[in-house]
Amino acid sequence: MYKAAVIGDSASVSGFAALGLSVFRETEPEKITKLISRLAANEFAVIYITEPAAALVRDTINKYRSSKLPSIVLIPAIEGNTGEGVRALHEAVEKAVGSDILN
Amino acid sequence: MARLNVNPTRMELSKLKKKLSSARRGHKLLKDKRDELMRQFMILIKENRQLRTEVEAAISEANRYMAVAGSVMQREVLETALMLPKQEVELEVSEKNVMSVYIPEFKPKYRSGDTNDIYSYGMAFTSIDLDGAVSALSSVFPKMIRLAEVEKACQLMADEIEKTRRRVNALEHIMIPDYEETIKFITMKLSENERSTTTSLMKVKDMVLKQSHNFH
Repeated sequence: MYKAAVIGDSASVSGFAALGLSVFRETEPEKITKLISRLAANEFAVIYITEPAAALVRDTINKYRSSKLPSIVLIPAIEGNTGEGVRALHEAVEKAVGSDILN
Repeated sequence: MARLNVNPTRMELSKLKKKLSSARRGHKLLKDKRDELMRQFMILIKENRQLRTEVEAAISEANRYMAVAGSVMQREVLETALMLPKQEVELEVSEKNVMSVYIPEFKPKYRSGDTNDIYSYGMAFTSIDLDGAVSALSSVFPKMIRLAEVEKACQLMADEIEKTRRRVNALEHIMIPDYEETIKFITMKLSENERSTTTSLMKVKDMVLKQSHNFH
């Protein structure tokens, strides 16, 4: 069976613990990078990561883009929505179509 | 366009003709694949966008509740309340094949049958805002799972579309013109050889006739 994880600062991710997701309160780039590779190797199919945390480890996240699992999804943190998640969508469209046709 | 480096023989000519026809067929097939992938991709992108807006709105709402809860309760009490979850979720992962792109599908499995059984704390010492945050997250969770699915599918399909587009372009602009040019070259060379043989035969015939009959 696969599991789902949430990574981010304590205030943003605590709520997810109640849903039964594995919550990891990390805010340092090196630790998050290590954590993501550990989770990817340990049957975590979905990793939700807050936008500020994702901005720290963008390379690591891009590395998992083309692999089937895990699916890394950006979610807004408690400070508010930075639009980082929507940007990933625009990047995918640009890659496939050749230009960003969403707007 | 560069002509391929081959000997101008009939053997090569027939080989090249076969290659050209399979390149044309491959080109047509890949073009169809690209078009269908693109159509599916656009549908997914639409869904992805819709889901993302909904999920982001719900999480922002939960975060607002959480911020209020954090301000009326002590940090430690809040953390303790959420420390031992009642619910546990696991994912069943299966695969779906869309135009030879394998995209994952997730199906959540809950430990306790009652999906509303999510409050891991007593109501006495916690703020009502915490309940709001937890319930907002719980109601959007199925959508979050679907979002993870769709987002992955979009990324994988974008990769595949890019690859297919490169292949189509390589066939259309490099391989097929190269084959055509080489075939033309060999055909010309062969007919040139033929003409040259015919003229030398005529010449020899003339010489033989001249010798045997003293024919002018």
